[in-house]
Amino acid sequence: MSLYQVQKLIYELNRDPRTRERFTAGRDAVLAEYALTDEEKGALTRPDIGLLYVLGVNGQLLMHFAALHKIEWPDYLERMRQGLKDHGQVREGVYAATGYEGVP
Amino acid sequence: MPLVYCGACSHAPGITARAERADPAKRAALESAFHRMGEEIRATRPDALVVIAAEHFANFFMNNMPAFAIGMADSYGGPIEDEAFLKIKRTTVPGNKALSRKLIEKVMQTVDVAYAEEWKFDHGISVPLHFLTPNYDLPIIPANINCQGPPLAPLARAWAFGEALRTAADSVPERIALIGTGGISHWPATPDSGKINAAWDQEFLRRWSANDREALLSYTDAETYRDAGQGGFEIRTFIAAAAAARGAKGTVQFCEPVPIFAVSCTIARMAIAA
Repeated sequence: MSLYQVQKLIYELNRDPRTRERFTAGRDAVLAEYALTDEEKGALTRPDIGLLYVLGVNGQLLMHFAALHKIEWPDYLERMRQGLKDHGQVREGVYAATGYEGVP
Repeated sequence: MPLVYCGACSHAPGITARAERADPAKRAALESAFHRMGEEIRATRPDALVVIAAEHFANFFMNNMPAFAIGMADSYGGPIEDEAFLKIKRTTVPGNKALSRKLIEKVMQTVDVAYAEEWKFDHGISVPLHFLTPNYDLPIIPANINCQGPPLAPLARAWAFGEALRTAADSVPERIALIGTGGISHWPATPDSGKINAAWDQEFLRRWSANDREALLSYTDAETYRDAGQGGFEIRTFIAAAAAARGAKGTVQFCEPVPIFAVSCTIARMAIAA
């Protein structure tokens, strides 16, 4: 489990245009710079927002990673919900779901 | 000069990013409350505005996370977010490096604050400024309390940080205004985004308005997480602003839960004697 490494990569992608360019040009080279499991690499590559959420990625990082991939807000929320259905409750961190269902 | 203005407001990215999805009347009322807050700040003729924010990994990460930080630059860029997402144009906001340094040296007498000569604003500062100083003509001194990556500084230290900022502001010849900005209860960027504990918010704001130190500091993080979500950790910014008001009482000028903005949108002011 290397949630810290996953979050570090997303943090760099969110704030550093050069990391974004490098990631777009060749994801594998950027991914290789972080100590990631295959599950994490897959989630970052597809990208699988639902799985990243369940892995424990902080929402303040994840929502911008989603925006970077042109994922609209309602779709972002839906992908996290689907992630919970597919993979169970959030495994780490402070962004666990509480079962609220009134969201627009 | 003694501090000239002290207040608090929301900073939720939805306020600009999802503005058109809110009830138009509520949106207009919030925006006009924000604009009124901006006018009230300007009416105190400040030389600089200290913004105590809770940033979201625009600058600080878990590799080297300061509990408290203050910007020390002549300008700051932002917002860091995708412009199309946040719907705020990227710009350069003026700072005041020399004034920052004076304030930091004073704050350091009691609180071990980190300083940052580079600082990128995120929605935590950019959303309030979009309404409060839309022309970006007032120098900003950003301050930050880590509310994202636990372990977080205890609430009593957030209070101490606010007190230290007040002492610092009072010690310089410049006229300093100060705001805290954060959410109260909210579950932002989770599937529960839109959940708001309005009763909890009202009680928190009652304690804030009464400037009841003991009551404000009595929340444990476990209680806050349970009742107000991880977004509730941002009460640290409101608590620091209350401390900076040094006993003055507050008025909640606007408070309305707006689920699509994911918070009880709040504008509040402390009646400090300027």
